[in-house]
Amino acid sequence: MSTLQRQRYLLDYSLSSLLRRKRKHLSLLFTYTLIIFLLASVMLFSNGLKGEVTHALAASPEIVLQRIEAGRHALIPADYLQRLGRLRGVSASKGRLWGYYFDSALQANYTLIASDEEQLSATEVILGSAVARMRGIGPGDFTSMRGADGNAYSFRVKSLLDSESELFSADLVLISPKAYRKLFAIDEGLFTDIVFTVRNSREVEKVAQKIVSRLPDTRPILKQEILSTYDAIFSWRQGILFVLLATSILAFVIFAWDRASGLSAEERREIGILKAIGWETSDILQMKFWEGGVISLLAFLCGYLLAYLHVFYTGAPLFEPVLKGWSVLYPNFMLTPSVDGLQLATLFLFTVFPYVVAIIFPIWQVAITDPDAVMR
Amino acid sequence: MLLNPAILALLLVSAVVLLMVLVAGQFALRLLRHWEIGSGSERQLCLERRTYLISTLMSWVFVFELLSLLLFVYTAESLSGQFVGAMCATGVLNANPWGWPTLLLKIALFFGGALWLALNGLDNRGYDYPLIRHKYTLLLLLVPLVVVEAFSQLRFFLGLSPNIITSCCGTLFSSNTEGVAAEVSALPADTMAWALALSGVAVLMSGLGYMKWGRGASLLAVTTMVAFVTALLAVVSLLSPYIYEHPHHHCPFCILKSGHGYIGYLLYIPLFAATASGLAAAATAIWRKIPSLSAYGFITLGYARLSVVLFLLFYLISAWSVFRSNLVMQGVWW
Amino acid sequence: MEIRLDAVRKVFNQGRPNEFCAIRGVSLRIEAERISCVKGASGSGKTTLLSMIGSLSRPTSGRIHLGDRLLSGLPERFLTDIRRHTFGFIFQRFNLIPGLSVLQNIILPAFPLAPSYKQLIENAHRLLEVYGLADKADSRVEWLSGGEAQRVAICRALINGPQILVADEPTANLDSEHSQRFMQQMAELQRAGKTVILASHDPLVYDNAEVDRIISLRDGLLEEG
Repeated sequence: MSTLQRQRYLLDYSLSSLLRRKRKHLSLLFTYTLIIFLLASVMLFSNGLKGEVTHALAASPEIVLQRIEAGRHALIPADYLQRLGRLRGVSASKGRLWGYYFDSALQANYTLIASDEEQLSATEVILGSAVARMRGIGPGDFTSMRGADGNAYSFRVKSLLDSESELFSADLVLISPKAYRKLFAIDEGLFTDIVFTVRNSREVEKVAQKIVSRLPDTRPILKQEILSTYDAIFSWRQGILFVLLATSILAFVIFAWDRASGLSAEERREIGILKAIGWETSDILQMKFWEGGVISLLAFLCGYLLAYLHVFYTGAPLFEPVLKGWSVLYPNFMLTPSVDGLQLATLFLFTVFPYVVAIIFPIWQVAITDPDAVMR
Repeated sequence: MLLNPAILALLLVSAVVLLMVLVAGQFALRLLRHWEIGSGSERQLCLERRTYLISTLMSWVFVFELLSLLLFVYTAESLSGQFVGAMCATGVLNANPWGWPTLLLKIALFFGGALWLALNGLDNRGYDYPLIRHKYTLLLLLVPLVVVEAFSQLRFFLGLSPNIITSCCGTLFSSNTEGVAAEVSALPADTMAWALALSGVAVLMSGLGYMKWGRGASLLAVTTMVAFVTALLAVVSLLSPYIYEHPHHHCPFCILKSGHGYIGYLLYIPLFAATASGLAAAATAIWRKIPSLSAYGFITLGYARLSVVLFLLFYLISAWSVFRSNLVMQGVWW
Repeated sequence: MEIRLDAVRKVFNQGRPNEFCAIRGVSLRIEAERISCVKGASGSGKTTLLSMIGSLSRPTSGRIHLGDRLLSGLPERFLTDIRRHTFGFIFQRFNLIPGLSVLQNIILPAFPLAPSYKQLIENAHRLLEVYGLADKADSRVEWLSGGEAQRVAICRALINGPQILVADEPTANLDSEHSQRFMQQMAELQRAGKTVILASHDPLVYDNAEVDRIISLRDGLLEEG
């Protein structure tokens, strides 16, 4: 076990050496932590969003069917459901009514969805929390929307959506199908789209093929496709930010290189003494890598912890606008904390890896100091 | 091309590792030309000091290659969400012809690096550095491997465009498609069980034999390689159906997921480490007749012992994963 | 163990315009369990010769034997290994590491050999006791007087139990009283069976009665007589 014992002695020495030069190492530790904090925040935040989206889509139907009229999305007649007949593998299908409503007072888009389940009367609505917040109203208050015929329709707010899944529900307005048709001037017998629930995920593609062959003027959108699109978008945004941060990583690498090679005369003499009293080049190398290891570990822990707090407890104020927004109404929500191995490995390779590469050469240069240098 | 952090990290690592290996390779050429161990000339002293740098570089290259192998598999796994039809890493690797070669090259580099480090460790104990020329020739052989790996990985990622329909595990391994993977799955499970058992006995016997009599290093090398390949084939065609409890699911990657208790790590880590140390034992055993190394037979023995223990661990975990499974295949499916 | 040098040369900056030959062919024997002293003006090559004898550096050509082992031609890794088991060094400016305690300084040479920590500390305390530093074990080395620092340096040189002690200008920073005491300490070590090799241009050292052999050096060559 003498190899282990030897490493313990070397680690012991590098710790004492770090503590003796706290000042010098503090600035490096600070920059290192900052870099890890930035990258980790980006990763945790966009992965949290991705998780949120996946979570939100979990209950949504597997296939959405839209009618395409000369390449343009058109309303789908209800009798398409009859024309399709029974499809093996489909456990439920129904028509949906939904659309965007532009509120000129708030300069914002709402998503209006006609809901059967909520049993709303024709003059009642349920609001998403961001809509309620912006309009400054709550349950029992009245709100109005201007319909397609130019008249304003007034609605009583029945309740608010809970903010559990606020990412999606923030700009939602639930309304009765009857009021929806009136507001948007849509005839009975027409829907925005049709949704299908498919039990076995392996049959989804087959079902979609069958639908298209029976109804050639429609376009099926699979849940899997939506998920992968979100996945791609989030990774892409993350990637863009990483590329932008690449310059700061490079700056950090140069800084680390400079720190490792720019030793004071006193430090050089110390290494010279160690070599003279019997330490070998590889002892010095290992001692120095222990030093780098301790700094990396500290920076990684601090940076990651700070990023975790930043993203999951303060809502990532630094990156919110870049990574999240697709609407004027910002959802106000806390992400569910999640950590995974892929993230950690990627983060490690983006930070610790460049640091190690940057210090190899300077460390070696110090380590090959001549043992008799102190005698000259 | 996907602008994904993990992919960027992998490309960064392969570029830097390539640079490091090229520096090492260039030094290897200089060393092979000018090395004179007995000389006290400044050039010799300078070369000698630089060997420390190269050893350090190569150790880190090995560490980073190992990490990059892991990250590559993870990334392929995580990308499967962006490819409709790709259920797991297999489908993503299948998305273009560069996927599998990249993975295999990474594995090859892992073993190449392990061999080099084993040789380096032994050589550093001989007071006249007896293996230095072999060591640096081996390093020169590793250089093209790193170049090809970096290129292949770059082509793989550049060629990925999300949402092209790829085959999932099921279709990849279905027996009517051609290709290596299809043949693997076509191997009948009972034959595979016998092959696994035989290769296991062979590698354990040759390892124990080496520990007892100190001979048969080349046999150990051969049985180690055979055992490694057989074990990988067995994971695909024999073990994975038991682990997934599904007779037609033959994916070598899904066992790394949490859904299967991460049992893949329990299988792969001992298997790869056992193979690396078996090869290291064989590679260090060749030189035991060199006078300055004759005292270090215990290193080879250590590698052999480690290899035997780890192989045994792998076989025990394999057996346990079959035993614990609810799937009954013998006599039912084949 | 005796040390034998055969036609040893040391050239610096080989092949460059500022090439400089510090040792120009020295052959000599240094007997075991004696006090030998290398004497010469500054620039005569004392330090270079001493560093080759103490296997801190390798000769450009020629051979160095330690007992029956050939040292010249060994790579640094093995040279260092032999050195740390065989030699203890005392340097001109003591070369203690500031910021560390006396005890921490003393045990440093043992780190690469990885002895058990308990034994190492016991050993160090025993040495401190012998050299009258027991109460200084935990004080920082920069607060020591010249004589104390010298004794700490001796303790550090002895921690690995070396056969041979090498000291380069050991008295340069000491007054004459401490220089005398240092020579007595060396004599005690010699009587305890150690070989002592000194390099100095201080007459208090090379004219000392305890010195068994004087090797005088001028311009990188031995001076006969």
